[in-house]
Amino acid sequence: MAPTLVFLEHHEGELQKGSLGVLAKAASLGGEVAGVVLGASEDVAATGGAGSVYLCDDPALAAPLPQPRVDALEALVAQTGAETVLFAASVLASDVAAGLAARLGAGLNWDLTDLRVENGELVGTRPALGDTVVADVTWRGTPRLGLVRSGAFEAAESGGRAHVVAFSATFQDFSSLARLVERTQEVSAGPSIEEAEVIVAGGRGLGRAENFSLCEALAKELGGAVAATRAVVDAGWYPYAAQVGQTGKSVSPRLYIACGISGAIQHKVGMQGSGTIVAINRDANAPIFDFADFGVVGDVEQVVPKLTELVRARRS
Amino acid sequence: MVLAWAAAASCDGVDAIPFACLSRDSRRTTVVRVSPVKIAVCVKHVPDATAHKRLDPTSFRLDRSGEGTLNPTDVNAVEEALRIKEARIQAGQGGEVVAVSLGPAKAADSLRKALAMGVDRSVLVSDDAAVGSDLIATSAALAKVLEQEAPDLVLFGQASNDGDGAVLWAAVGDRLRRPVLSQVAVLTVEAGSVTGKRQTEFGYDVITAPLPAVVAVSDAINEPRYPSLKGIMGAKSKPQQVLSLAELGIAADEAGEAGSRTAVLAVAPPAPKSGQVRIEDDGSAAEKIVAYLAEKKLL
Repeated sequence: MAPTLVFLEHHEGELQKGSLGVLAKAASLGGEVAGVVLGASEDVAATGGAGSVYLCDDPALAAPLPQPRVDALEALVAQTGAETVLFAASVLASDVAAGLAARLGAGLNWDLTDLRVENGELVGTRPALGDTVVADVTWRGTPRLGLVRSGAFEAAESGGRAHVVAFSATFQDFSSLARLVERTQEVSAGPSIEEAEVIVAGGRGLGRAENFSLCEALAKELGGAVAATRAVVDAGWYPYAAQVGQTGKSVSPRLYIACGISGAIQHKVGMQGSGTIVAINRDANAPIFDFADFGVVGDVEQVVPKLTELVRARRS
Repeated sequence: MVLAWAAAASCDGVDAIPFACLSRDSRRTTVVRVSPVKIAVCVKHVPDATAHKRLDPTSFRLDRSGEGTLNPTDVNAVEEALRIKEARIQAGQGGEVVAVSLGPAKAADSLRKALAMGVDRSVLVSDDAAVGSDLIATSAALAKVLEQEAPDLVLFGQASNDGDGAVLWAAVGDRLRRPVLSQVAVLTVEAGSVTGKRQTEFGYDVITAPLPAVVAVSDAINEPRYPSLKGIMGAKSKPQQVLSLAELGIAADEAGEAGSRTAVLAVAPPAPKSGQVRIEDDGSAAEKIVAYLAEKKLL
């Protein structure tokens, strides 16, 4: 049977948790599932679970750029007859998926928060219009391409070493025209907001930039990452990399603690897929209380440090 | 999805290097010492942010009958195109910016805003048969226009506020067989090449590519101008081309739903939240949060 392929993104020798989550979800749907690792060593590819992982480590794939990856996936889809190719959304994976869609004339559904098989057909769940509606989406013909919203699925516990199958590809001339000339790693103490299971986010209601240290302290105790709203990123209080929302990133951690965030629609669309939302805001009329699981009408400067202390005490 | 592109005419007797003229094997193309003079900005007409958005209950398509606007992040792409052109003009060279869109006839309103900002002309692909186009069908139609326009640089905005895909440029780039740079927050255009700095999940990348190229800019790239009164008045007399699919050489079954490879089966309101708790802080809120999180096994 034609396998489902899952693009496994890697960074510094580690397969990304989001991709492994999609792999676990795909495996749960039945049928043959294989990972695809591009531009990494066999050792890295072997960490992709207990099943099969296709590996192409051609030098053309050395830099994390999308277009050579489209060539490699095109070759692999042709070789395996894959009917479905799934990706965990990221800057890289989104460009790969869309390029592959054009190359193969294949349908691409994005921002999927769930996948299921119904009457033998793959059906995706896709929130739309600021998550005010949820659509069931499908594909016409094969292959089917899907981009899964970051954090939608949990990775399975590593089940040993994967069976790595090497494959080769030919690369289009135009695919290597874009070149990576510089890469600056962002030094961050904790997990990235896409990978974090806990996010502590700050908004205008923090009052001033320095109060982000309250979020950072709480995030540290929870092993989480710090996120920010568009308003405070615009104000220069926090870097854009941490921005969650329509013009930032979409995240869905298990726990999202919103500190001084009103919950405007442009922020909501980026985080309402979170498992549990706790909101602390002075304004009792803030829209965030409409969709928070646990809302506290109160002062973040009072509540957050106390919460940090309590979590620390509990942990020690 | 967003398309903004601007096209500048060849200037000073120097030939621009349009897409169509490029050898398929671009690595054999030597660097052409020429300014990028023609920029195409792909833009989208989207429902106004303040309008209540709804899906048509039978077609599951977005009801686009209400007020529309130029997609906010496309405005950044238009602005960037204008800045590149203006820099060329300052250097004694010419330039042209063309806004390109696929959409309903009303999309002309959004294109007029781009013209008012300073875009030189617009091309709108509008056809009843194109309604319901997905990524595949949309990218095919846009690529067709872009092949004909043959700009040096194609610009896209970051994401449309109604489709949220943020993927169109990669599909268009593949169809045009051109290098693609996305999420670019700092863009430098030099003779024959383009360099973009962008933020990824892991840090900053600097990527360079020869022209012609396809670049999607982030909305952090600039602060767009407002159209001046003169610009608004002048927009009315600027060329606004409207093309049907047939005029573009696209068969009806390559566009709209017939040309699409995805479909919507059903739409429903999201599952309502249950068990929401809300308290006023009386000094014990932190304890209550901890108790709640402990009960949910989130600590």
